Amino acid sequence: MYKIISKKLVVPKEFDVWVEAPRVARHVKPGQFVIIRTNPQGERVPLTVADYDREKGLIRMIFQTVGKTTAEFADMNVGDCLTDILGPLGTPSEIKNYGTVLMVGGGVGIAALFPIIRALKEAGNKVYTILGGRTKDLVIMKEECEKYSDELLITTDDGSAGKKGVVTDAMVELAERGVKIDQSWAIGPSIMMKFASLKAKELDIPMFVSLNPIMIDGTGMCGGCRVTIHDQIRFACVDGPEFDGWGVNWNEFMNRMRQYKDEEKMSLEKYKAEMGEE
Amino acid sequence: MALDIAPKRLPVPEQSAEERIKNFNDVVIGYSIEEAVAESARCLQCKNAPCIKGCPVSIDIPGFLKAIKEKDLEKSWDIISKYTNLPAVCGRVCPQEKQCEGVCTVGRIKGYEPVSIGKMERFIADWKAEHGSKVAPKVPEQTKGNVAVVGSGPSSLTVAGDLAKMGYKVTVYEALHAAGGVLMYGIPEFRLPKAIVRREIENIKALGVKIETNVAVGRSVTIEELQSHFDAVYIATGAGTPHFMGVPGTSLNGVYSASEYLTRINLMHGYEFPKYDTPTKESEKVVVVGGGNVAMDAARSALRLGAKSVQVVYRRSLEELPARIEEYHHAVEEGVVFNWLTNPVEYVGSETGNIVGVKCIRMELGEPDASGRRRPQEIKGSEFTIEADTIIEAIGQGPNKVLLSAFPELKLNKKGYIDADPETGQADPEWVFAGGDIVTGAATVILAMGAGKKAAEAIDKYITEKKAAGK
Repeated sequence: MYKIISKKLVVPKEFDVWVEAPRVARHVKPGQFVIIRTNPQGERVPLTVADYDREKGLIRMIFQTVGKTTAEFADMNVGDCLTDILGPLGTPSEIKNYGTVLMVGGGVGIAALFPIIRALKEAGNKVYTILGGRTKDLVIMKEECEKYSDELLITTDDGSAGKKGVVTDAMVELAERGVKIDQSWAIGPSIMMKFASLKAKELDIPMFVSLNPIMIDGTGMCGGCRVTIHDQIRFACVDGPEFDGWGVNWNEFMNRMRQYKDEEKMSLEKYKAEMGEE
Repeated sequence: MALDIAPKRLPVPEQSAEERIKNFNDVVIGYSIEEAVAESARCLQCKNAPCIKGCPVSIDIPGFLKAIKEKDLEKSWDIISKYTNLPAVCGRVCPQEKQCEGVCTVGRIKGYEPVSIGKMERFIADWKAEHGSKVAPKVPEQTKGNVAVVGSGPSSLTVAGDLAKMGYKVTVYEALHAAGGVLMYGIPEFRLPKAIVRREIENIKALGVKIETNVAVGRSVTIEELQSHFDAVYIATGAGTPHFMGVPGTSLNGVYSASEYLTRINLMHGYEFPKYDTPTKESEKVVVVGGGNVAMDAARSALRLGAKSVQVVYRRSLEELPARIEEYHHAVEEGVVFNWLTNPVEYVGSETGNIVGVKCIRMELGEPDASGRRRPQEIKGSEFTIEADTIIEAIGQGPNKVLLSAFPELKLNKKGYIDADPETGQADPEWVFAGGDIVTGAATVILAMGAGKKAAEAIDKYITEKKAAGK
């Protein structure tokens, strides 16, 4: 079970894989995630489901190698099996016809944004999408997102594609053009979601963000993933992962993400040494 | 009254406190055969056997003790395994002082201690695993019906084993990657070795029970799917959602729920990082909040991870401590310091968002509250600060929401637990049965097993009647 069916490198350090997980494929909805374990000594890590094929029982995950577990996943080949996949987990995105929606994605977060874009388009929304990255190559899934967007804007830090700048610049541009947004989503690096939320508040646009704190069980049993939203403690794995971006305590959230930085670094270095890398 | 038996129970060999805080091995080493035979001779074989009534699953205690005394250990195992599917677990974690041993006739005689029933139960289960015959148990053909069991903790394992023995095809769904519930993620290795939990689960699988891990019922499997595939469902998803006190600083780095702390250690083997991938933080000064078994487990685990000091803060006094007395003594021997009548009011953080101390307030006991225990009240102006780099809150748990939120038709009680008949476990809708902590709130392993025992009989009756009625 949980066999890797296909795997490709999308951009450096980002992988696009399809894996057998029939129960997840049958029930998953946009906005939900899975917890995986690569091996019997492995840790449990959350990954968003980027797409699914209900008939074939497959789910798609796009992930960036950031530590030991993702590095190990990246080193696995077609035909290899993950030890565990649990899901779908989390509360699905609220999909309905809002009117006009704005979808903001950055980095590997675009993979999590994609199924929501598609579902919102299918629900009859007018969809504006902004994708951002440091350089041209890091803006993934452009064609797929474009297919379900009425307008797609791209921003890059170095100007190698689209507009030079960051996603909030494109948000301002849309506002200046007089585009009226009824609901928005931002999914990407924490810092991007923070500034997108601040900008959305300034522009008076409601915004959901998808938080990715440290998780262990992913089923509401431990509170490791707790976040503060409008001064209330919530568990991202069951109450989220999507929350009102205006209400997130971003400093606390980003601080909690750094809790195991030293241990994570040590684990990755040990793995690399064992694999004979660097 | 002159009795021809030793007044004191035979002491059980244990690892010394200095030795055991350096490892996660079982603290109690357990009886040898000779010791078990000698201790079993202290049983008076009472006709009325109050010990049986004190046991939530009504094990024939004089029966299995007599067989040990006669050195017929296979027979002793056969007797015990008729009543329980988890003897090595219960022998270790039951609060026997409040159950079988608490009512033992010998213990009621002045100057005498009760028979060590728990340690003998553990002895016979461990003996069977190591030395007993390995003949597969005889199981009837599983043709009476299909039952799904949600969760794989002690209540679920009991229902599953009992129904399999009655001739049902049982499928257990577990959300985590390992079966056993709190036995795997909650109770530490040094009280309940995980190899023993896995061994007892293998015994249950040998009865024909199918266990599927990585299935969150309500998400990976829908309630409609359950209803259409099974004749009845038993829900025992436990009380696994941690409560936080909610004092300022709760989300500082270094503040954990005991559930997270223990899950990292027990289920994920965090104490073996980096051989296992899940990290735990090195701590020097640990403060544990709470006075139950979970608090004792967290405090003793922190010591074993190398903490220099571990302090428990508890808002009542030793007299009200809900933890097992044996575990409290073990904690004291190991060096855990107890602050009675103390409650945290704030966690103090550094500029970088790490915990550096806990501000506490002294308490005094006032009038008894609804639970009959004297209510702790704050003493104004008594605040003081304990330095700490790690805080572990063990103040209780609530029902897990994943399944309940996916099942709005299921009737809940005022506290948000499943409303089930205490005698049968039957809930509303009628094809659903429930037991253990998801009905009672956080309680003990053996009470969860007792609920499973009753529910297995009720489920058998329900399905048999339903089939007879041609439904």
